[in-house]
Amino acid sequence: LSIPEGTVTCPLAHRCLRALKTAQTEHVSPQLYTTLHRRACSSVSTPRITTHYTIHPREKDPRWEGIEMERFADEADVVIVGGGPAGLSAAIRLKQLANEQEKELRVCLVEKASQIGAHTLSGACLEPSSLNELIPDWKERGAPLNTPVTEDVFSILTEKYRIPVPILPGLPMVNHGNYIVRLGNFVRWLGEQAEELGVELYPGYAASEVLFHEDGSVKGVATNDVGIAKDGSPKDVFERGMELHAKVTIFGEGCHGHLAKQLYKHFNLRENCEPQTYAIGLKEVWMIDEKKWRPGRVEHSVGWPLNRNTYGGSFLYHLNEGEPLVALGLVVGLDYTNPYLSPFREFQRWKHHPFVAPTLEGGHRIAYGARALNEGGLQSIPKLTFPGGLLIGCSPGFMNVPKIKGTHTAMKSGMLAAETIFAKVTAEDVESETAGLHVPEYAEALKSSWVWKELHAVRNIRPSFHNYFGLYGGMIYTGIFYWIFRGKEPWTLKHCGLDAHQLKPAKDCTPIEYPKPDGKISFDLLSSVALSGTNHEGDQPPHLTLKDDSVPVNRNLAVFDGPEQRFCPAGVYEYVPLESGDGMRLQINAQNCVHCKTCDIKDPSQNINWVVPEGGGGPAYNGM
Amino acid sequence: MSGRVLVGVKRVIDYAVKIRVKPDNSGVVTDGVKHSMNPFCEIAVEEAVKLKEKKLIKEVVAVSCGPQQAQETIRTALAMGADRGIHVQVTGKDYETLGPLQVSKILAALAKKEDAQLIILGKQAIDDDCNQTGQMTAALLDWPQGTFASEVSMEGDKLKVVREIDGGLEMIKINTPAVVSADLRLNTPRYATLPNIMKAKKKKIANVNPADLGVDLTSRVEILRVDEPPQRQAGVKVETVDDLVGKLKDTGRI
Repeated sequence: LSIPEGTVTCPLAHRCLRALKTAQTEHVSPQLYTTLHRRACSSVSTPRITTHYTIHPREKDPRWEGIEMERFADEADVVIVGGGPAGLSAAIRLKQLANEQEKELRVCLVEKASQIGAHTLSGACLEPSSLNELIPDWKERGAPLNTPVTEDVFSILTEKYRIPVPILPGLPMVNHGNYIVRLGNFVRWLGEQAEELGVELYPGYAASEVLFHEDGSVKGVATNDVGIAKDGSPKDVFERGMELHAKVTIFGEGCHGHLAKQLYKHFNLRENCEPQTYAIGLKEVWMIDEKKWRPGRVEHSVGWPLNRNTYGGSFLYHLNEGEPLVALGLVVGLDYTNPYLSPFREFQRWKHHPFVAPTLEGGHRIAYGARALNEGGLQSIPKLTFPGGLLIGCSPGFMNVPKIKGTHTAMKSGMLAAETIFAKVTAEDVESETAGLHVPEYAEALKSSWVWKELHAVRNIRPSFHNYFGLYGGMIYTGIFYWIFRGKEPWTLKHCGLDAHQLKPAKDCTPIEYPKPDGKISFDLLSSVALSGTNHEGDQPPHLTLKDDSVPVNRNLAVFDGPEQRFCPAGVYEYVPLESGDGMRLQINAQNCVHCKTCDIKDPSQNINWVVPEGGGGPAYNGM
Repeated sequence: MSGRVLVGVKRVIDYAVKIRVKPDNSGVVTDGVKHSMNPFCEIAVEEAVKLKEKKLIKEVVAVSCGPQQAQETIRTALAMGADRGIHVQVTGKDYETLGPLQVSKILAALAKKEDAQLIILGKQAIDDDCNQTGQMTAALLDWPQGTFASEVSMEGDKLKVVREIDGGLEMIKINTPAVVSADLRLNTPRYATLPNIMKAKKKKIANVNPADLGVDLTSRVEILRVDEPPQRQAGVKVETVDDLVGKLKDTGRI
C-alpha cells in the first residue's frame, strides 16, 4: 500500500489510510518466522472450501439446533433412481408386466434433471435390439430413430494425414442395422411411454441418500433437502427431502453414480472385481453447411491428437432429422498419465484436422456437453444385487467398449431387473430374510443373457492397449483375437488399477502446447460451458466436496500441477492466487458443473467426492 | 367478499438456457428446450400463498394460457400452495401470437367469472419483457393497479403497495378489487417440494377455451423477423488523443 500521503485530502480517508499503514507495519513480524513455521501455519490457514453436510455433519453444527429434520415418507412397490435408458426401461417393463397380469404396482422414478433427457449425453449409434424387445411397435409410436446408418468410415489420424482402415464385417465397430440417435430425445420419448403406462416420474428431484432398514437391507431413498445456504446454514426456505420406501430399489444413476459409490462400500460389492476404468466423452452438435451434409454417415477415428499410449478416439455422425446437423466428439481414456493433458483442448484441436475441419467450415455450433463413460467391461462388473436393491445400466457398467455402445445393454439390464423383481414382488409366498427384498435372480438372468456373451467376447480388447505399442498393439490384438477368434481365448487380461493412480508427477512430464481457439471451429471453455445451459441455485453448498480442504494445494497442485483445472470440461476448478498474495487456493465454481463425474474419478488424491446438488440443477441438454 | 386471488403464471424458456434463433428467422427454437415458470410469476404465487397463510384471503387460483405443457407450470404453482388451477387452452398459431393484450382480456374475463378480489401477476415475462399484462388487465376491469410491488399489505379493504420506481420507493393505497404486479424484492419463493408435487396431482385443474370466455385472440401485431443481436466487434486500443481523433474521422463518426 503506497499512496503518497499528500494526495489524500478527505480527513476520513486520511484516518483510514493511517489505520491501514499501522496494520501493515504490525504484519512485518510474521516474515521473520522460519519457513518451517510458515508452512505449518499455511495448512492451518487453508481457506474453507467445503461446507456440505456430508463432510460437516449437521448433528454437531450449532446453526442446525432446533431445525425440524423430520421427513415425509411415502411407500411404493419399486423405486427407481435415475431416468436414463436403463431406469426407464426397467420402469416400462415393470408396468407392462403389471398391466398384462392385471396386478397393481406402484413404480416411482426420481431423476435429478429438471426434465427427462436433460442430463443425457451420448454419441450415439443405437443398436435397436433391446428396443425391439421392449417396445416392438416403436416406429408406430414415434420413437425418434430417424437416421439409419448408411456409411461407416474408420480412420487412423496423424497430424496432417488420414490412414483409412477398412471396416471388415465381424469387427466390433460395424454399424449396419443401427441408428444414429439424439439420445436425449430418445430418453424423453421413453419417459413419455413410461408415463402412459402409469409410471410416476419425478424429474427435478435428486435421490441424495440411501435409507436402510434396521436389518441393514435397503429401505429406499431420500430426495435432496432444499434451502441450505452456501455456508451450510439453513435458509428460511429450508425443507427436508422426502423419503420414498420400496420393496426393491433400483439404482440406475449412470456412469459413476454417487449413491452406487456408497453402496459399493456399504455392501462390499467390489471385493471380487477389478476397479472400474473410465473415459471422458466431450460432445458438440453443429448445424453445418447443407453442401457438406451426408445423412447417415458415421465416422470414427483414432490416433491424432492423442499419442499412442493415450486411449481414445473421435466420432462424427451426420443426423437425418430435417436439418443439416452433425454430432461429433472426442473420447479420452481417463487412465492417461500426463497431468498436463486437457481432454477439452484435445477435442478442440482435433476439430482442426484436415479430415474434420472441412465438414465444420461454414457451420455453427449449437450445443456442447461432456460425460464420463465406463471402459472396464466384464472385469469391472461388481456384485449386482444386495438386500433391498440392485444396480442397472452404466452404473455397474455394461458398455461394449470397442463397439462404443452401452445403451442397448443398459436397457436390457433394466428389463431383466424388472422381470426378476416383478416375479418376486408379486409372488404369493415370498419369504425374505430381510425387510428389503433380495433379488439375486437378476444377476443370474443377466449372466445367462446375450449381454454377458457380448461383453465376454470383447473383454480383452481394452486391456490389450496396455502394451509398449499402445494403440497399435491393441489394434493388432483386436484383429487377431476378436476378428478371427471371436474373443474365445482362454485368458482374461487385467486393467492397470484405478484411473486416479495413473498420473505421473508433473515434473516427470512435458506440458502440452495447445493452439488458441479460433472462435470459428475451436472455442474457449467458458463459451462452451454456457452452451450446455448448465446452472445451479447459487446459494447452496458446493456439491463438489473435498474430504480434506488442504489436499488440493498441498498435493494436487504441488505434485501434479493441479490436473483438475485441465480435466474438468466445465471450468469448475481454478487455482487462483490468495488475496494475501502468497500462495494459491482452489476455487470451486460449482455452478458450472455439468455432472460428468470426471473429477471424482480422476482426482489423483481421490479427495473429491461428487454429491448430488439440489434437484433441477445441472445441464439443460436438448437432444444430446 | 369472495377472498379469492387469481395468480397468472407463464411458462417460459429457462433463464439459464442459451437461446437459438430458428433458421427461418420466424422465432426462437423451443422444441425440447428446458422451460420453467417465469421467475416473476414464482414471486407472484409466493405472495398469494403468503396472503392465504396470513388468512387475509381464502383461495388462490393459478391461471396459465398455452398448450398442454402449461399444465406443468400450473402444477408447480399448486405445489407451492395454490388451491386449484385454470388452464386456458391456446395452441398453434394462436399461441405464437399470444401477447399481453390477449392474456389480459382472458384474465379480465376470468376475474369476473371467478369473482376475484385480487389479481397478482409477475411484473413482466423474461421472454418478451413486455411489462404490459398487469396494467392492461387493470384497465380492462377498471380496477386500480399496484405495479412493481416490493411490499404488499392489506389494511381493511384497502391495499397498501410499496412500488419500486426510478427515484426510489413509492407507497400507494388502493381500493380492492385490484391488480398487483410483483417485482424482484417482493419475496423469496419457496421450493416446490416432492410431497407437495404429489399432493398437487390431486388438486383440480379446469380446462377452459378462450372462446367460452368470449375473448377474441386476434393479434394486432405481426412478427416480421427475429434475429440474433449483432456480434460484438472487438474494440481497438489507441495510444494518444490524436490517434483517437484520427480513427473517429476514418470511420466517419466525426
